[in-house]
Amino acid sequence: MTAISKAVVTVIGFDRKGIIARVSNVLYEGGINILEISQTIVDGFFNMLMIVDLSEPTCSFDELQDRLNQLGTEVGVQIRIQKSEIFEAMHQI
Amino acid sequence: MVQIDQIFQTLHMIDEEKLDVRTITMGISLFNCVCDDSRRLAARVYSRIAKQAENLVKVGEELEREFGVLIVNKRISVTPVSLITGAVNDPLPIARALDRAAHETGVDFIGGYSALVQKGMTEADKRLILSIPQALSETDLLCSSVNVASTRAGIDMDAIRLCGESIKTLAEKTKAKDGLGCAKLVIFANAVEDNPFMAGAFHGPGEGDCAVSVGVSGPGVVKRALEAVRGEPFDVVAETIKKTAFRVTRVGQLIAMEASKRLDVPFGIVDLSLAPTPAVGDSVAHILEEMGLEKCGTHGSTAALALLNDAVKKGGVMATSRVGGLSGAFIPLSEDIGMIEAAACGALTLDKLEAMTCVCSVGLDMIAIPGDTSAATISAIIADEAAIGVINNKTTAVRVIPAPGKKVGDFVEFGGLLGRAPVIPVHPFSSDTFIARGGHIPAPLHSLRN
Repeated sequence: MTAISKAVVTVIGFDRKGIIARVSNVLYEGGINILEISQTIVDGFFNMLMIVDLSEPTCSFDELQDRLNQLGTEVGVQIRIQKSEIFEAMHQI
Repeated sequence: MVQIDQIFQTLHMIDEEKLDVRTITMGISLFNCVCDDSRRLAARVYSRIAKQAENLVKVGEELEREFGVLIVNKRISVTPVSLITGAVNDPLPIARALDRAAHETGVDFIGGYSALVQKGMTEADKRLILSIPQALSETDLLCSSVNVASTRAGIDMDAIRLCGESIKTLAEKTKAKDGLGCAKLVIFANAVEDNPFMAGAFHGPGEGDCAVSVGVSGPGVVKRALEAVRGEPFDVVAETIKKTAFRVTRVGQLIAMEASKRLDVPFGIVDLSLAPTPAVGDSVAHILEEMGLEKCGTHGSTAALALLNDAVKKGGVMATSRVGGLSGAFIPLSEDIGMIEAAACGALTLDKLEAMTCVCSVGLDMIAIPGDTSAATISAIIADEAAIGVINNKTTAVRVIPAPGKKVGDFVEFGGLLGRAPVIPVHPFSSDTFIARGGHIPAPLHSLRN
C-alpha cells in the first residue's frame, strides 16, 4: 500500500464571489485532487478547509504554496497549505 | 484523517497561542579535528561545521513552510572546546572559528565554548574559563557554558570562583550593551550532554559524530487549555497539562524525525520543554497565575511550578521516542513577560526564584542584578544553585547579568528573544571569605549508588 501524501488548505477572509473556484483552479493546475471540502460563513467571514491529495503533483510544494499565496494577496484572503502530518501527529496516537 | 475541528484547533494553537518549535539544534562532534597546531585546529573546526551544517537552515525553513509551524531558531552545538584544545595554548582562535562557522551556516547561535570541571580543572579548562570574557565579547553568535558540579563529583569551588570573576569581567567588556555577553554564558551543575537550548547547549563527549535534536515550546497553549478548567481541582489541572504537552511534543517529534531524514543525520532527542518568550501570551508565569496565584512569585508558586514541570514531562514522554535535554518548564526572567511584571512589582525575588529552581527544568536564568555585585557574591549564588542541583540530582544553572552601572529598579534591555529585565536585589552581606576558601565540596552520600 502506498501512503497518500495529503495536505490541508485553509482559506480565511471576507466572503466574495469565486473564492472556491479560484483556489480549486490553482490546485487543478498543480495536479492536486481535492478529497474533502468544508466551508462556513459567519457574519460575512469566510472559512474554508480543503483536504487535498498531493501524490501526483505537477509542480513542487513550494511552487504551489507561492501560487496560493499570490492568489490570497489578489483576492484579499489568507490561504495556507500545510502537510497533513502535523495535524495527524497532534491528534492521533 | 483527523476531524475538521481538530484541524482548526491546531491552527488556533499556531496562530493565537504561539505554538512553535523553539529550536532545531545540530550537535557536531569536533574530536576528529584535534591537532596541536592552533591555526590548523581552527581551520579544521570551521570546515567541519560549515560542511556538516550547510543545509541545516535550509531544511529548517523548508519544514516551516511545509508544516506551517514556526521554527524560531536553528542552532549548532559542538564538543566542549576545552576537550579539543588540550594541545594548543590559546582557545580564542577556536572561538573565532566557531563564530565564523555560525555566520557561514546562517544559524542563530552556536554553543559549546565549554568546559566540564565538576571534579577538577585541566590547564586547558582553566585557559578556556579565563578566555570566556574575551571570546564572548568579540563574537556575535557564540555561547559558552561551564559545568562546575555534579551529584557524582561534588562541587568544584575553585572553578566557581573563576566563573564568578569571568562573569564580572564579561559584563564590563560588554557594558555598552548592558552586559549582554553574560546572557551567553551558563554555569551548570549536572549539565546534560544533549541539551538543544542556548546558551547551555554543547555536544557531549558521550555523543556520536552528529545528531539533530529539537526543543519545543508552547506556554500559550497550556495557558489557554487551563482557562477552560478554572476552579477545577489540581487533578484536572495536571491532566489538562499532560494532554496539551502531549500534542505540543508530537509536533517536536515530527519535526525532529523529518529534519533527521532530510539532513541524513541521526535523530538525537526531543526536549520536553515549555520555553517562554517575551511576547504576550507566551509566558510560563502566566500559567502559574492561571492556576490561581495573583502574581508569580507569591506563596504557592513553587507548588504550581512543580505540578507544571511534572505534568509537562508525563504528557510529553509518550509523544516522542527519545526524550532528553533539560525537559521541563524554563523560568528565564527577562524572557517571560509574566516574570518581568512579577519581578518589577516585587512579587518575584531572587530567593523565591532560587526556591523555584528546585522544581523547574534548570535554574536561575536571565536575571539582571546590580552592576556593583561582587564576583564573590556571584560565585556564592552559583554555589547555592549548584548545591540544589547536586543534592536533588537535577540540572541547575546560573545565568545572571551584573548590569554595569545599573541599580535595583533600573531596566536592562537585551532585545529579541532575550527580552528585558528589571534589576533585582541581591543580599548585601559579603560571601568573600566563603568563596576565598576554594577547594572542593565533596559529593553527597547518595552519589554512592553502586
